[in-house]
Amino acid sequence: MIPASRSRAIARTLLTNHPRHLSTSPSTPITSVLIANRGEIALRVGRTASALGVKCTTIYTDPDALSQHALSSPLAVNLGAANAYLDGERIIKVAKERGCEALHPGYGFLSENSAFARRCVEEGLVFIGPPWKAIEAMGNKSRSKDIMIKAGVPCIPGYHGADQEPQLLLEEAKKIGFPVMVKAVKGGGGKGMRIVLTKDEFLDKLESAKSEGRNSFGDDVMLVEKYIGTPRHIEVQVFADKHGNAVALGERDCSLQRRHQKILEEAPAPNLAEDIRQDLWEKARAAALAVGYEGAGTVEFIFDNDTNEFFFMEMNTRLQVEHPVTEAITGEDLVSWQFKVAAGEPLPLDQATIAQRISKRGWAIEARIYAENPSQNFMPDSGKLIHLREPKIDESVRIDAGFIEGDTVSSNYDGMIAKLIVNGPTREVTIRKLHAALQDYEVVGLSTNIEFLKKICKSPGFIKGDVETGYIQKHHDELFASEIIQPETFAQAALGLLSKELSAAPPVGAHGTAIGFSSQGQRQFTFLTSDKDAVPVIVSMNQSGRKIFDISVKSPTLDTTYPSVICEPSSSSISTFFPHTRIESILITDGDKLTIFQQGKQIQLMLATPSWYEKALGLKDVANSVLAPMPCKLLRNEVREGDEVEKDQALVV
Amino acid sequence: MSSFWVSRKALKLSICLAKPRTIAPLRTTPSRGIATYCPPNQANAISVLPTIVDPTSEEYEENARQMGEVMVKLEELTKKIQLGGPPKAREKHIARKKMLPRDRVIALIDPGTSFLELSALAGHELYPEAEVPAGGIITGVGVIEGVTCMIVANDSTVKGGTYYPITVKKHLRAQAIAQENNLPCIYLVDSGGANLPHQADVFPDREHFGRIFFNQARMSSMGIPQIAVVMGPCTAGGAYVPAMSDESIIVDGQGHIFLAGPPLVKAATGEVVSAEDLGGGEMHTSVSGVTDYLAVNDAHALVLARRSISNLNWPKKEFPAPKTYEEPLHDPEELVGIASTNLRRPLPIHEIIARIVDGSVFSEFKRDYGSTLVTGFAHIYGQKVGIIANNGILFSTSSLKGAHFIELCCQRKMPLIFLQNISGFMVGADAEREGIAKNGAKLVTAVACANVPKFTVVVGASNGAGNYGMCGRAYNPRFLWMWPNAKIGVMGSEQLTAVMETVGKAVDPELKARVERESEAVFSSARLWDDGVIPPSHTRRVLGLSLMAAMGGKNETADTKFGVFRM
Repeated sequence: MIPASRSRAIARTLLTNHPRHLSTSPSTPITSVLIANRGEIALRVGRTASALGVKCTTIYTDPDALSQHALSSPLAVNLGAANAYLDGERIIKVAKERGCEALHPGYGFLSENSAFARRCVEEGLVFIGPPWKAIEAMGNKSRSKDIMIKAGVPCIPGYHGADQEPQLLLEEAKKIGFPVMVKAVKGGGGKGMRIVLTKDEFLDKLESAKSEGRNSFGDDVMLVEKYIGTPRHIEVQVFADKHGNAVALGERDCSLQRRHQKILEEAPAPNLAEDIRQDLWEKARAAALAVGYEGAGTVEFIFDNDTNEFFFMEMNTRLQVEHPVTEAITGEDLVSWQFKVAAGEPLPLDQATIAQRISKRGWAIEARIYAENPSQNFMPDSGKLIHLREPKIDESVRIDAGFIEGDTVSSNYDGMIAKLIVNGPTREVTIRKLHAALQDYEVVGLSTNIEFLKKICKSPGFIKGDVETGYIQKHHDELFASEIIQPETFAQAALGLLSKELSAAPPVGAHGTAIGFSSQGQRQFTFLTSDKDAVPVIVSMNQSGRKIFDISVKSPTLDTTYPSVICEPSSSSISTFFPHTRIESILITDGDKLTIFQQGKQIQLMLATPSWYEKALGLKDVANSVLAPMPCKLLRNEVREGDEVEKDQALVV
Repeated sequence: MSSFWVSRKALKLSICLAKPRTIAPLRTTPSRGIATYCPPNQANAISVLPTIVDPTSEEYEENARQMGEVMVKLEELTKKIQLGGPPKAREKHIARKKMLPRDRVIALIDPGTSFLELSALAGHELYPEAEVPAGGIITGVGVIEGVTCMIVANDSTVKGGTYYPITVKKHLRAQAIAQENNLPCIYLVDSGGANLPHQADVFPDREHFGRIFFNQARMSSMGIPQIAVVMGPCTAGGAYVPAMSDESIIVDGQGHIFLAGPPLVKAATGEVVSAEDLGGGEMHTSVSGVTDYLAVNDAHALVLARRSISNLNWPKKEFPAPKTYEEPLHDPEELVGIASTNLRRPLPIHEIIARIVDGSVFSEFKRDYGSTLVTGFAHIYGQKVGIIANNGILFSTSSLKGAHFIELCCQRKMPLIFLQNISGFMVGADAEREGIAKNGAKLVTAVACANVPKFTVVVGASNGAGNYGMCGRAYNPRFLWMWPNAKIGVMGSEQLTAVMETVGKAVDPELKARVERESEAVFSSARLWDDGVIPPSHTRRVLGLSLMAAMGGKNETADTKFGVFRM
């Protein structure tokens, strides 16, 4: 997905040698790699590997058999079951059988599994990532904190002790001062984590965090930390080589999060004083060096917007999802750095050069396009991408995607469809360009957060750079304000449906023209909007000529008539001249679901089912049924038919 | 006679071509005829009709003004007729969750296709005691699932959908069109049966109510599908419409079929039974089997009807795609300024043809012989046709030319289009000595025997034997359309009163006005002497749809065997 010119630029940087750190041990270049991941990151790694002339072997599972990463290389190995990406031994076996010298774990799955990294080394494979010991050290939150404190990296005040007696934890919490956060030591992604505002609710919240920890990862060891009210998530990309060098490749602000997961990441961090920025970089390098780090890593800090203090949170010992923003502001290919470091080469650039590069290259923002429904608390969605149109890629717009039109986003894996990375000379320009690119991003078949991302791009607070991790909750009303659908949209939907029929069987002869003194009569279309209390909107259309229509749009709140609308019906694009304006729309239908892209907006409509539908099809009354809110697995039925149940009684697990 | 000379002058004007630019040869070579290359555009130039119509001329503006008045009247009248029955009846109909009959028709036909309605003016000012808009029945040709069908829909908001004599006539005419053109029939039944006060004009005769079922049986036997959708009552004779159909659909709780309704049953046998139990949809689909499909409501029934049509396995003929032909070179809208309400004025028929045929291209046959009848080949929406059009009174020569041209078209299986503006055959000693009677008879014989589809448009007058020679109603044109200015009658009202005076009868002072009124297009259309009055500018479209009905589906042009031409 990287344009040719960009690929060339990457290739150039790959070829240029930076003979700065004269190494005593000769490097052993990697010539073959197994990419132990899926989706966009597998493709991303494959792209650089291919550019470096490295032979790539990919792996896939049954649900991924037709996915893009599996098809990207002629050397692809089927692992079978959906969860096989986690089967380390199997993957190592495949790598050895296929004669791969190295293994790239990507992100997620086994990328931060120290045991796996260790097994790779034991089996003679080059693990493209840090030494397993570094992973292990950083994987344990309380241990990593100890190391950091020793290295002079500020850590958030808290209790990380082994004694898990609830009363003791409460005392520690009091010492830190409320509000505090209790968090499972082995947790992540918000699992096993609770915010406690007062001492009275401490024990209850502790227990619920413990139980979640037990259920999610079989461990309920908790730590207690100071809770920061208006925090920002700022992380520093670091790189270290086998020769004791470490550099910081700038920071990223990843404060825009929903459900404790990032959706927008940018670099540099906005509204950050230069001395603090340099301090962050310095501390991040110190952190990497403290654990004998090698390769790509990210040191995450929590930044207190009010006090300008920052604290070490954790170190991610992998290449991260949002690495492209760093690539954009440095002009470097981080995957190629990974290959070089793994091969024993020294770091290609020194800190001063990097700092100079960053100061010249402006801004970059990454938006993660997720299959999820923002209006339903970002609930993940899955399904087939029946329509996918991407913005035009150029020097400043990059898309890292794992899917193409027709692919299925499986509920087995993370619902990230693509990453859209935009860069520009300033933050304001970059935001505007991101918004423009999002307007050209059309996805139909499942819910996405694209409309939501567009709203963020228009959110004044975000534009000002007033970011914090609670931004979405804080600006909830603004970001979730329902959009009023213009009456022209309904007219376009009706015209689109008609043109769909006409493109299948174009009228011949005089058909479609007005005949005689009588008018032909109106045809009615009934649409429903996607809001909960939607009222039907009725579009009546009278065709008065081959391309001429009289259209009226009516609902309790709308009553608009458009005489002599000229519409050239073609397949999916509808270009219409209303009396007052010209509107061009794209209509994608999926059963009764209609998706309209118009003037940079995506609008969802439903075609109402006819009055006879239920009775004629013998549809059951669904009012008293319970519907699964998302794809899931039925573990057991707690009740049987005929049982009497009480309120709040569990029925199904 | 004066009218004839004027029209000839008009003809001469209209064929006056722009002076071609001749290029002088560069070198003088001995002139020898060689096979000169002639590109298609130059070859076509000989067929393109020129125009001398000036939309700013006084005559044009006068015509347009007078035609405009007539058109506005017709538009208003049609709009009123399209509403159907009185508001109360319509409200009651809608309150029962029934669709209005015109909405049913729209829902039945394919989106983006046009419904060719027949005789919308039927029954207009026909019965002194009642208004019967559209004759209480909507008929027309529509496309359903790509199949061109005849749709017959009762309007129960008009006198309960009962059959007046004109309703019967309109229903039978629709069936006749269906039979001649091989069109599957779909009946949207919602009728109280025969209109009892008019029973004498509805029931007993050959072309009365019973003929509907006779036609259904005969058409079914010819392989023309008959499909009924019962959306209201079907009592007594009406019960035979669904019962004699190939497939029938009934709307639950709304359609009822019985030979006698509950009151009559009670009177006859004493049995007390509800309408639903006696002949409701559920009973008929599950017990008696009179109907085949049970629908929840009108909309559902129409979806089922569309499905039935899609399962007819009816051949779909490919018609020329729009890209393969051109619209007329000259604007058809100008026909309102060309046509005249004053029929004594000659109509420049070439100007009319130029606004009907593809690209205004007309390959005229025998242009300079018998020029009061214009004959030639053209295309309408890519469909090859032969055109016969009046350009004055019929002489022996023009009759012979017409007969000759009809022979050509029959042999080539090309449909014939008659553009009628005829006051009759030439009279007088010279004409009789030329044998106008036998020469005219040749034209009439040719028209009568021609088995190719024939279509007639009355663009002006339709009088006397000229009506026969130009394929009047009696000569079985597949469709017969009238322009709003057209007049039909044995002769013009003036001539008629003159003749009456000459034969020495005491002439009713009202006669002239009455004949004048009875000759008008609206009067004709109300009585179903035609298939509808059309705006002149829509002539091309109407003929296009008529041609599709006549040429599509299972239609194959039959051979023609002419009778004896008297020599």
